[in-house]
Amino acid sequence: MSTLLERLAEARKAGDVARLAEAIPYARWMKIAPENGTGELLTRMRYHDDLIGNTFLPAIHGGTLGAMLEMTAIFHLLWETETETVPKIVNITVDYLRSARPVDVIARATVTKQGRRMVNVFAEAWQDDRSKPVATANAHFLIKSDADAPPSL
Amino acid sequence: MDKAERIALFQKWFSDTIPHSKALGLQVIDAGKGFASMRLEWREELVGNPETGVLAGGPLTAMLDGCCGMSVATMLKAPEPFATLDLRIDYVRPAEPGKAVIAEAECYHITRSVAFTRAFAHHGDAKNPIAAAAGTFMLGTKGKVTRAQSIGAETKI
Repeated sequence: MSTLLERLAEARKAGDVARLAEAIPYARWMKIAPENGTGELLTRMRYHDDLIGNTFLPAIHGGTLGAMLEMTAIFHLLWETETETVPKIVNITVDYLRSARPVDVIARATVTKQGRRMVNVFAEAWQDDRSKPVATANAHFLIKSDADAPPSL
Repeated sequence: MDKAERIALFQKWFSDTIPHSKALGLQVIDAGKGFASMRLEWREELVGNPETGVLAGGPLTAMLDGCCGMSVATMLKAPEPFATLDLRIDYVRPAEPGKAVIAEAECYHITRSVAFTRAFAHHGDAKNPIAAAAGTFMLGTKGKVTRAQSIGAETKI
């Protein structure tokens, strides 16, 4: 069993989703963590200066928005679905809608379609105003590893 | 301007003065007309799965976005601000733990409003990619042009 799935079991027991991020070095480095204080599962990327992509505007680097939307989808799949493996990303398409200012970014994911092996997830990121998203993404994840997938007929 | 000077200039404005690129430690390998290449060293902080040591998708996304953006800068005749409109990444296979990742991007078409790019990330053999990307960029966006954005026009590649 992976550290992440062990952490998931601990987090569920404690009802504290934020523990999931502690098991992922990149999430810690980027200050990306899930939260469910309001009863809704959200993921927050806390603002820090290393996120900046354009110092003149200033604006957060687009790559970091793609990264946090991907993490949002992963946290959602781990927490809200009965996954037994760590979801493996196949692809992601990010649409950039507005430049992101140097403040926290918050995101929410929803499953558009859940298949037996593949999940399609939509995620949306915003800053102060939820009705003005800064970026959205669609991503596919494999939720069963090839090794333990049943043989096709 | 010789190749070494050009690469040093792209390194300065495309990595060292862009805080997130600097934080990732992106190294510019090459820049030519419609072409950009960068290198990202493996390190523990960028790992997605601590069991395997495989890099998270995020650092690759940020690197491919930056590399595609740099390929756009090499195509501009006059400096103007631009921004990523959309970016698709296909994660073909996991990056190998401990190995540096190389990104190569191409800006294969540019119009007055939009630049079209594609890129691959690999471990040294471009025929065996880790990730593939397709990005479009909106040209003439608001704000002051950055040195990174004007560098292609300045170096007259």
